[in-house]
Amino acid sequence: MSETCTEPSRTTSSPSASLETRHSKLETPAPVLTVAGLAKTFTLHHQNKSIPSVAGAGFTVSAGRLTALIGPSGAGKSSVLKCIYRTYLPQTGSMVLHGADGDLDLATCSEHAALRVRAREIAYVTQFLHCLPRQGTVDVVAAPLVALGSTRDAARAAAEERLRELDLPARLWDVPPATFSGGERQRVNLARGLVHRPRLLMLDEPTASLDRRSADLVVAAIHAAKAAGVAILAIFHDPDLVAALADDVVQLTRPEVPCAA
Amino acid sequence: MSQATTRAANPAADRFGFLDDFAVREIRRGLLKALAIPGYQVPYASREMPVARGFGTGGMQITLAIALPGDVLKVIDQGADDSVNAVALRRFITAACPELATTTSTAEATLIQTRHRTPERPLTARQLMVYQVPYPDPLQIVEPSEAKRRRMHAYGDYARLWVKLYEDVVRWHEVALSNRYPARVHGRYVIDPSPIPRWDLPKLHRSRAMHLFGAGREKKLYAVPPFTDVVPLAFDDVPFQVERFCDAAGRRHRCQTCGTDDTYLDEIPLPDGTRRWLCNDQDRCAERMSHGR
Amino acid sequence: MVADRPVLAVRGLSRIHGPACPSCRDLTGDAAGTNVCPRCGSVVAVADVAFDLWPGEILGIMGESGSGKSSVIRLIHLDDQVTAGSAVFREHDGTEHELATTGEETARRLRDTRFGMVHQNPHLGLNYLVSAGGNIAERLLCSGERSFQAIRDRALGLLTRTEIPPGRIDHQPRQFSGGMQQRLQIARALAPRPELLLLDEVTTGLDLSVQARILDLILEIQRELGVAMLVVTHDLGVVRLLAGRTLVMRHGRVVESGLTDQILEDPQHPYTQQLVMSAL
Repeated sequence: MSETCTEPSRTTSSPSASLETRHSKLETPAPVLTVAGLAKTFTLHHQNKSIPSVAGAGFTVSAGRLTALIGPSGAGKSSVLKCIYRTYLPQTGSMVLHGADGDLDLATCSEHAALRVRAREIAYVTQFLHCLPRQGTVDVVAAPLVALGSTRDAARAAAEERLRELDLPARLWDVPPATFSGGERQRVNLARGLVHRPRLLMLDEPTASLDRRSADLVVAAIHAAKAAGVAILAIFHDPDLVAALADDVVQLTRPEVPCAA
Repeated sequence: MSQATTRAANPAADRFGFLDDFAVREIRRGLLKALAIPGYQVPYASREMPVARGFGTGGMQITLAIALPGDVLKVIDQGADDSVNAVALRRFITAACPELATTTSTAEATLIQTRHRTPERPLTARQLMVYQVPYPDPLQIVEPSEAKRRRMHAYGDYARLWVKLYEDVVRWHEVALSNRYPARVHGRYVIDPSPIPRWDLPKLHRSRAMHLFGAGREKKLYAVPPFTDVVPLAFDDVPFQVERFCDAAGRRHRCQTCGTDDTYLDEIPLPDGTRRWLCNDQDRCAERMSHGR
Repeated sequence: MVADRPVLAVRGLSRIHGPACPSCRDLTGDAAGTNVCPRCGSVVAVADVAFDLWPGEILGIMGESGSGKSSVIRLIHLDDQVTAGSAVFREHDGTEHELATTGEETARRLRDTRFGMVHQNPHLGLNYLVSAGGNIAERLLCSGERSFQAIRDRALGLLTRTEIPPGRIDHQPRQFSGGMQQRLQIARALAPRPELLLLDEVTTGLDLSVQARILDLILEIQRELGVAMLVVTHDLGVVRLLAGRTLVMRHGRVVESGLTDQILEDPQHPYTQQLVMSAL
């Protein structure tokens, strides 16, 4: 139930991290997402059970900064991301997205507004690539731009650019990603997440089960996104990555299971 | 209708014309409604006639209801005054209407009853055409249910008819209808102009005369008032065409009797294998002959 | 693609078959577990349905037999008379139509030019008396097209778009396979460039590979043309693939509505949870 916002100076093992954080501290980072009092419980009607998932979380994610969620398994880290993305409906709390047009509480906004935010503002990259079957890689990555009204050619060009940055070979570009290796799929996943330049990028264990080289490419892409001003909320299984990339760290603990349903 | 006023003003004319008063009034009211709503099929109680259904009872009832003493009647069947049906009908009508004069001359007639042709000679404002109609509804070829057809007419929904025209153009590069070509009247209802050939359809468009249509078996009346638009259904890029009567070299056939080349022709195969081309409109041909072209 | 007003705004939509009585609503529905009013015997096919459909969006309507999902489609498509409620359709140019009270002439015009409907059974959506091209031509002719070549070209284009060999334009629909008949239905539905497409269980009963191709086609069409769509299905996979938002219906009521992935991963209503758990 407790949340701790730790100062990055505690993790000075990585010099690049402190350089970066000092750099970001000099500018006033604009808050992109403010979460407060977020709690989520699953009610399974047929089994008559109530399963708490998130027991109260609060933090801020700012432009150009990476906030890492840490905690034991079952603490609700992935659930927090899913609540923000509206895949889960939180029971209490607010998740305010700050924008030029004003603030929008994702916990209470309409479905239509949530879809709009997903299309334009937020990207959510998990460790699994979920995409339309039978679509070539470039089209998978270009899809968010096409959905926003971009022409197919312009979207494909931007997609190819992202794939090039992540070093995905061109011979794979027209092949559906279903047959790719884990590393290749994650790079496609991340490319798609970045292609429409979201203001908030959410990453759920993006380097899990990746080889060294792929993981490095992903980390480099995350650095680049930060430098470009994207606000990032991430879950990493590797504490070294937290140390290397996180500007803010939020600790979550397992919610208590009530004695009776 | 000035003849109607004359008839109303002349009570002695009431018994004239075989039909009883009620029948005459019903048909006349029906015709007035048909003229007021050009192209609309007005249902009526078609009377028993001493002629079987399918032999012109619809046309006959109209003629009997509107003919007046002093009218000059012409009856044609496929352009001929002397065919069996035309003769039989003319004899009956004159027997039922004693003071009715008859003629074979289109120029002299005031009332012309016809089966399957419109006269070649342009009609005047003094003349009434009465058509014998087998099937009054152009939608009958695409929809068997009368109830549904009525709704289609009411909503101006002729899409299924247009699709038939589309399928014809796909298969034959033109609409494969030689007669009964559907036409839109006054921009609203689509009519079946009775089995007149394509050649005659343009004559209805903005005609000076009044054209009345009677279907006795199907019990419908409809009309095209004078100076009314009658436009054959055609795609913008596949225009309506009349018969050409040209030989293989593209030369227009001439009537072998009168020599003209601007009438609807009958093609008559001869025992020796050759063909003869003759004006279908007997009176027109005779007229041309007597005037020496 | 976002606009400020929904294409379809539905509130309190109801359809009751039978005499109807004041208790009909209360005695039927999800809590009562039935569509039939025990007091008067009327069938409450649909009651108090409300949703918005935005331009370019796909809304899924999911439910089992008797849920009322097909009835909702029929009411929107003006094939059935609304008993109560409102359904406002907004055209591209801003003209609004109250579908609950629209007259027959307007209804025909909307069905012919603004709506497209694809049925589960192609016999309901195709004219088997004319050719494939004739089926498409019929829709174009309904909307006033009078140029033969323009009709021909558009029909060929639509056949190509729906992956039917253009050389089969003059074949009869009964000569087509089931999947191809469905694609012909889609081609026909798209002919007048409708603003609203209604899809009623369009892939039910088809082979999986055929199903996949048709679903891909629907998505491509949606991307290209930005048509708003209502997709009725009982298949979770179809709704997951096509719809951004979904309604879950039971006994004529909407029991849950939300983003499709939320409905499937975090269902709130007991019935939705049961449905999701029942997926193979």
